[in-house]
Amino acid sequence: MLQDYLFPETIDEAISFLKSSTGQARIIAGGTDLLLDIPDGKVKTGSLIDITRIPELRKITMENGVICIGAAVTHNQVANSELIQEKAAALAHAASCVGSYQIRNSGTVIGNVCNAQPAADTAVALVALGAMAEIAADGGKEYVAVEKMYAGVGKSTIDSASQLVTMVRFPAAQKNQGTAFVRLEQRKALALPMLNVAAWVSLEDDRFQWARISMAPVGPGPVRALSAEQILKGAEVKADIIEKAAQAALEQANPRNSALRGSREYRTSVLPVLVRRALEQAVANARCKCN
Amino acid sequence: MSDKTLKFTLNGEPMEIAVSPSDMLVDVLRDRLELIGTKKGCGKGECGACTVIMDGEAVNSCLVPAMKAMGATVETIEGIGSPEKFHPVQETFMDLGAIQCGFCTPGMIMSSKALLDKTTSPTSKEIKKVLAGNICRCTGYVKIEEAVLAAAEKMREKQ
Repeated sequence: MLQDYLFPETIDEAISFLKSSTGQARIIAGGTDLLLDIPDGKVKTGSLIDITRIPELRKITMENGVICIGAAVTHNQVANSELIQEKAAALAHAASCVGSYQIRNSGTVIGNVCNAQPAADTAVALVALGAMAEIAADGGKEYVAVEKMYAGVGKSTIDSASQLVTMVRFPAAQKNQGTAFVRLEQRKALALPMLNVAAWVSLEDDRFQWARISMAPVGPGPVRALSAEQILKGAEVKADIIEKAAQAALEQANPRNSALRGSREYRTSVLPVLVRRALEQAVANARCKCN
Repeated sequence: MSDKTLKFTLNGEPMEIAVSPSDMLVDVLRDRLELIGTKKGCGKGECGACTVIMDGEAVNSCLVPAMKAMGATVETIEGIGSPEKFHPVQETFMDLGAIQCGFCTPGMIMSSKALLDKTTSPTSKEIKKVLAGNICRCTGYVKIEEAVLAAAEKMREKQ
């Protein structure tokens, strides 16, 4: 049973509530995951500190080519943001795939990351985009790559009883760059991803300068397809090279047999197809901006 | 348990009620305020039967702590029309037979109304998107989609 429910008005106030509660309180944003975990006993806490009314956490901004999304920004706000659609299409698409419309109106992108499900759609996109999270705690602020925020399956490195992820930031896609997100699912709505892949490519004429590819659930959290990225670096934008990279993505993938998400065998066969599609779409997005 | 005084606007009227920090909005609406039009189906944000509109957005009231309504504007199925004067989307659900057992209907209507408040020219795709989180186990969704389109047309005529 909860004892208290607090609405701090600033980040500092939220941190001071966490400190004075000495581990007996935790952060809540949308609450769409947390409020299932509390009654189930998976999370025990005395009080909730609701950060959704802190004005600076409610914003999506871009400054000097860096996009910043606050911890109170919902999936639908990200999915419907023209800035995100244009400069980080992979994230806009990923945010539009989470849960249902109602869930996306409450649940936040940063909450999706902190809940640390292996295939959290927005985390997959943010890892491809090279996003960094700003983490505030009593000792000050620190910056951690979203890629490093998974401590295990369903386990975040963030301790919401002492830390607050205030925002994520990542570079906006430039004119010669494109991003894309693809997802395999059993139904078109309210379905867990069987696999999801995000890609960010940077082109120079008909070559890849580089590519970043993230895929899930093929490990505890989103996994970088490093072998594929290596093949693409400096390579020509050609179907056979993209195919070779897509196959190489399997080198970092370790999908499990899952009753919810499909067999290891099936998902191993399908993953290269998704990687290829993500790369093709990211290339198309980059080229459509150049024209 | 320490009770808190929750102040919010409910169906256009100011409301003040003592709630526990653990209370969910759906339970306060149904058990305390006796607004039982909002249904509690799965209690896990999967079925959408408990959909209400909070500050203009459709949300699952089973996943909203009552405290989150503090200072907010909440609309439930009871607040959008009356037997004397139904909301257009209530009328079209009845006229076009978009109802069977009716358990999902309040949630369907609230999700539809939230959309129609934003646009009276929704596309089929938009309707499907906002209703994907409202599950009906009696029938398909064809008549429901038709009813929302018809309500949109009625609303455009009135404008």
